[in-house]
Amino acid sequence: MTRRAGPALRGPWAGPLGLYRPGATVLHRAGPGAKLGALAALGVLVVVLRGPWSAVALLVAVVVAAALGRLPLRSTARSTLPVLLTATLLGAYQWWARGWQVGAEVAVDLVTLVLAATVVTATTPADRMLDALGTAARPLRHVGLAPETVALAVGIMLRSIPALLATFAETRDAARARGLDRSPRALLVPAAVRTVARARATGDALAARGLAE
Amino acid sequence: MIELDAVTVTAYTSRDGARPAQDVVTLLGPLTCSLNERRIAVIGANGSGKSTLARLVNGLVLPSSGSVSVDGLDTARDGRAVRRRVGFVFTDPDAQLVMPTAVEDVALSLRRIGLPAAERAARAHEILARFGLAGHAEVPVHSLSGGQKQLLALACVLATEPAVLVCDEPTTLLDLRWRRVVDELLDGLDQQVLQVTHDLDAAARAERVLVVDAGAVVFDGDPGTAVDAYRALMAPRVSP
Repeated sequence: MTRRAGPALRGPWAGPLGLYRPGATVLHRAGPGAKLGALAALGVLVVVLRGPWSAVALLVAVVVAAALGRLPLRSTARSTLPVLLTATLLGAYQWWARGWQVGAEVAVDLVTLVLAATVVTATTPADRMLDALGTAARPLRHVGLAPETVALAVGIMLRSIPALLATFAETRDAARARGLDRSPRALLVPAAVRTVARARATGDALAARGLAE
Repeated sequence: MIELDAVTVTAYTSRDGARPAQDVVTLLGPLTCSLNERRIAVIGANGSGKSTLARLVNGLVLPSSGSVSVDGLDTARDGRAVRRRVGFVFTDPDAQLVMPTAVEDVALSLRRIGLPAAERAARAHEILARFGLAGHAEVPVHSLSGGQKQLLALACVLATEPAVLVCDEPTTLLDLRWRRVVDELLDGLDQQVLQVTHDLDAAARAERVLVVDAGAVVFDGDPGTAVDAYRALMAPRVSP
């Protein structure tokens, strides 16, 4: 009997962050510093403005930005799906605990921030992002941290999202192949070990390339 | 020129987390040799110390005693300068490629050589075109095939024009077609290439072959004799 191919046969989920989509829109042309600044300002607004309607207004603004940046609807929706699920669960809990206004506000705010970050990473090449982050991290030089290293760490974090999810999917398939698909231990322990091994290998590769020295 | 002078590499075994002297194991050495040839291969069984030898050349592993130098630069003292001269390609390109897209990873390499930001993207596109990856410049790295990833890893390393290239089993994970592509690329390089490999055909094309077994170089010489020595060494181990 053949089993229908499941999600494991699809390409690894790229996540909402970490993939630049080339383009020539106004958002692609905007400086990464301005976009990161706008993202930070949005973070402040999300906290300062209270109530579900202001949250919805901010979400609409971010959706307009996503449309301006020509983010593809289908893949953006697909990559945002797990965040929507998390926001729904979080919102439901807040609704139960503190009322529907707070529940809706928390859920919408979460989606707004993740979508806004997606817009920034999808319209900014990592190289330009590293330059902007390196500039922003310059004050950290005073506490002994090299700005280039901080910027590189952020860049690697973005790349690591799909890679870690691919590791998780491979580990899940290996557990399934051994008939252990219902065992969290067979999934989490190897996934954690492989993640640490991958981190070590990445460290070696960075050292070999003379980066972050 | 790569010079290894009375090099040993040791490690502690992790029994109960204790580190008594008797638990020190020798991974490689003692080894003294000069590597001047343009094409050098290192062959040997799994766990024999081949990768440790390769990593010594780039300074990724430092000798426990003795010294390693590349063009007069000591890997322990001048690690940064050594890594500028010595590029390193790993078996698994996934660990080596750290940026979201191909062009961004090449640009990251160019950042190290101080190329202005305005020139990096254009140069990165040029390099990808040279390696036949122009059509994959903006493609997410994780969606490339294994062969394309290894080619990209090579492009990233060679973008900085190192004088020496060390490859640790660069074709082990590749199918025959991609193996041929990578082999041809390595054969055509101007740089000195030290390649750790299980591919005896690749070893046979080298000018000099080192056979490593149980942490020691048991043969060092011409490819034909070295491959025969390696086959003889392995023969008793694979018989039932």
